[in-house]
Amino acid sequence: MKRFGLISVPYLWLLALFLVPFLIVLKISLSDTALAIPPYTPTLDMSEGWAGFTAWLSELDMENFTWLTQDDLYWKAYLSSLKIATMSTILALLVGFPIAYGMSRAPDEWRPTLMMMIILPFWTSFLIRVYAWKAILSQEGLLNQLLMSIGIIGEPLTILNTNTAVYIGIVYTYLPFMVLPIYSALERLDESLLEAAEDLGCSRMTAFWLVTLPLAKQGIIAGSFLVFIPAMGEFVIPSLLGGSKTLMIGKVLWEEFFSNRDWPVASAVAIVLLLILIIPIVLFQRNEEKQREAGK
Amino acid sequence: MRRLSWFNTVSLTLGFAFLYIPMLILIVYSFNGGKLVTVWAGFSTKWYGELFRNEAFLDAAWVTLKVAVMSSTAATVLGTMAAYVMVRAGRFRGRTLFSGMIYAPLVMPEVITGLSLLLLFIAIGLDRGVLTIVLAHTTFSMCYVSVVVSSRLVTFDQSLEEAALDLGCTGFEAFRLVTLPIIAPAVISGWLLAFTLSLDDLVIASFTSGPSSTTLPIKIFSAVRLGVSPEINALSTIMITLVAVGVIGASLTSKRAIAKRAKDEQEAI
Amino acid sequence: MSDAALATAPAEFAPWEDAQATPLIRFQNVTKRFGDFTAIDNLTIDIYEREFFALLGPSGCGKTTMMRMLGGFETQTEGTILIDGQDVAPIPPNKRAVNMMFQSYALFPHLSVAENIAFGLKRDKMPKDQIAARVDEMLNLVQLGKFASRKPHQISGGQRQRVALARSLAKAPKLLLLDEPLGALDKKLRQDTQFELMDIQEQTGTTFVIVTHDQEEAMTVASRIAVMDHGKIIQVDTPAKIYEEPGSVYVADFIGDVNLIEGNVTTSGDDHATISWAEGQQDLIGIAHDAIPAGTRATLAIRPEKVNIATERPADMTNIIHGKVHDIAYLGNMSTYVIQTPTGQLIKAQAANTRRIRRRAITWDQDVWLSFTDTAGVVLTS
Repeated sequence: MKRFGLISVPYLWLLALFLVPFLIVLKISLSDTALAIPPYTPTLDMSEGWAGFTAWLSELDMENFTWLTQDDLYWKAYLSSLKIATMSTILALLVGFPIAYGMSRAPDEWRPTLMMMIILPFWTSFLIRVYAWKAILSQEGLLNQLLMSIGIIGEPLTILNTNTAVYIGIVYTYLPFMVLPIYSALERLDESLLEAAEDLGCSRMTAFWLVTLPLAKQGIIAGSFLVFIPAMGEFVIPSLLGGSKTLMIGKVLWEEFFSNRDWPVASAVAIVLLLILIIPIVLFQRNEEKQREAGK
Repeated sequence: MRRLSWFNTVSLTLGFAFLYIPMLILIVYSFNGGKLVTVWAGFSTKWYGELFRNEAFLDAAWVTLKVAVMSSTAATVLGTMAAYVMVRAGRFRGRTLFSGMIYAPLVMPEVITGLSLLLLFIAIGLDRGVLTIVLAHTTFSMCYVSVVVSSRLVTFDQSLEEAALDLGCTGFEAFRLVTLPIIAPAVISGWLLAFTLSLDDLVIASFTSGPSSTTLPIKIFSAVRLGVSPEINALSTIMITLVAVGVIGASLTSKRAIAKRAKDEQEAI
Repeated sequence: MSDAALATAPAEFAPWEDAQATPLIRFQNVTKRFGDFTAIDNLTIDIYEREFFALLGPSGCGKTTMMRMLGGFETQTEGTILIDGQDVAPIPPNKRAVNMMFQSYALFPHLSVAENIAFGLKRDKMPKDQIAARVDEMLNLVQLGKFASRKPHQISGGQRQRVALARSLAKAPKLLLLDEPLGALDKKLRQDTQFELMDIQEQTGTTFVIVTHDQEEAMTVASRIAVMDHGKIIQVDTPAKIYEEPGSVYVADFIGDVNLIEGNVTTSGDDHATISWAEGQQDLIGIAHDAIPAGTRATLAIRPEKVNIATERPADMTNIIHGKVHDIAYLGNMSTYVIQTPTGQLIKAQAANTRRIRRRAITWDQDVWLSFTDTAGVVLTS
């Protein structure tokens, strides 16, 4: 009985506040927009019992999903989110790997400090870290001031309110998620493996390609998913750093809901986003399990 | 002792410069006398004064703090229970669904979590306010707490609990007297994580807050959306400083504890 | 087979020989399954009060499961377990008059040595002054008075082991379970601690059930040993009997070093049997527990230290094996000689090195004769 109580409290909480809301989203995505409160139809009328339920069921349809395919705003937003998330993930890997590698080669007594320095930004407000770039990237911002003063450019660059700024923002805020898994993979790497590879005739470079990189593979995969998945649904970064041309699905969903008050379409957008994310989420979980098994 | 190669030195230097320079600039310009955050106009702390006279910010900060304390406490209780279930309950019906619901919120885009919770609150007719934000924050942060606590529980020597039972404890006494004191550091870091997540959250709070319950991130977001403002820089500086002091303090404490332990163990032999 | 026991003094502690004695613990047809895996297979055994009983076997043989069932951490699938005549199945661990010393010691890291020992007493709502007195008594018992206020990580491994022992004895249980109690100690310390454990067991009069995979440890401490394999008890006997008169090849091989010589039984009486084992070699005689039909395949188990080695054929011995020295291992106090018979079998003999090494008569490739008495070996059919 005690065990039952222990299981049921968190279980019921998650059912009520995670699964049920989700089913509501699914339901509303199949409804139609209406000028009413709540702004969709049909609403389920429980007073009519089973007949009311079937009547409600028969009025649900896939119209909103068809709408998503017809208006090119949506599929362009999905594609653009995919592109931005992929590009940012690659950039984060290029920036993050050397940091993780450097950390793993650092003297033992430095490592806790380096580790803390990687984690520290993670505890700092996300919003503030994104905001910090606004002053740097703007037309009269510090980056342009710097570049012009040393004479690399004559005209200020337009970075803020472009996709470039979004890339920078995503790489900057999600960098710890890329560095940490790679670092933990590299830290476990036994240095005598590299010595053995060199002993067997590898150069430093080939030893890196043939030994270090394959052994860091799972860390790289984990880090990439940890950047890619949240970047896909990102809202804050494109709205603060991106321009009017920056299309990301998280922003579309937000505007659909708050500006257009079109709940059914917003819900449909959410469902499709989730369907797209299921693949990387499942792949990520599998990678984690593999790592856990290998760790045993 | 190993020494860093020039390549590693360069990549670490550039990497950490990338991570920290934007925050340093933010801090420096919070002491700027001028209105523009891009042109230096002499040292001044006037923006801090402005900030502390801004009622709207203070109100929002108070709401945020209330929400964060309540939701992180609830999340710690629920998350610890969930971790216990995940690690110790063995097989039970619906376990797969349970672990799915624990992990899904970690990767779920915030816009979806926010939207779905808002639709729930509307469906059950719950007025949006502090309570709804607390419920929403508790739900997603309990999953983080559960991950942190269960990673500690996995390495917890179960015979300690058995020893407590063997010596006459009931199941709950064993948890209170033995398990909890030992996993306390993990539970505390779970609480801190939940607290920070709640302080930080913009998207879910935007969906679930009502007109009378604006949180600080919502306030900051609406202010910075239009452009940069030195008041926000001052606020950011305060927040960064608090976090930095907290994190550095915690890591120094744990470093000292580890060193003391190692010394004790040396002497014991 | 009981002549050895009868020969000992009646004062010898041997309640298992006494038909009147009531056992403290009875396992009656106990089976424990974990899913498809049978950990304990229809096991029946009695353990008596004040015994120091060892469960010995390789890992996975079910010995730990047996102990955990006594402690209340597992429940049997079938059968009954009685402690003091009471069926313990419905009693949870915190209500049993049984305490356990865990393999990892399971000392509470956040509590001091004294607090660890007092832990169980506090659960019993014992008055404070009595707790303090009992803790002192226990600390004296294990000679750790000076370390009362230390935390577990501030004391050495051997001291931790003694704290765990004191903690589990503090409540004066009827039965103390010890799960590999010395497994984490180094060899030297282990030997000292074995004797300490025996002293404490005698002083407190508690029944000890110990689980171990170390046969030397079981031999040293136990009044009786149960040798287990695959969830079954293969043999229960005193250490001397287990060693001298193993009931099966498995037990003979598991405990100590042994030569196993396979052959066919030629003649057999109630207490002895003769086997023919190799062409050109004399038949060998050993004790047998029952008459064995002639022609049965059997194994003579003979300990190396009971085998004599000589450079000339001994005159008045029945068991003689001829061979060449194949290898010599010098161990300081003794040497082990490996002899190869003409048919290629290797047999070990041990001899004490009473003379200096240079004066030793036996060397590599020398022709030698091995011999042992009629009652030195055992003929086993299983």
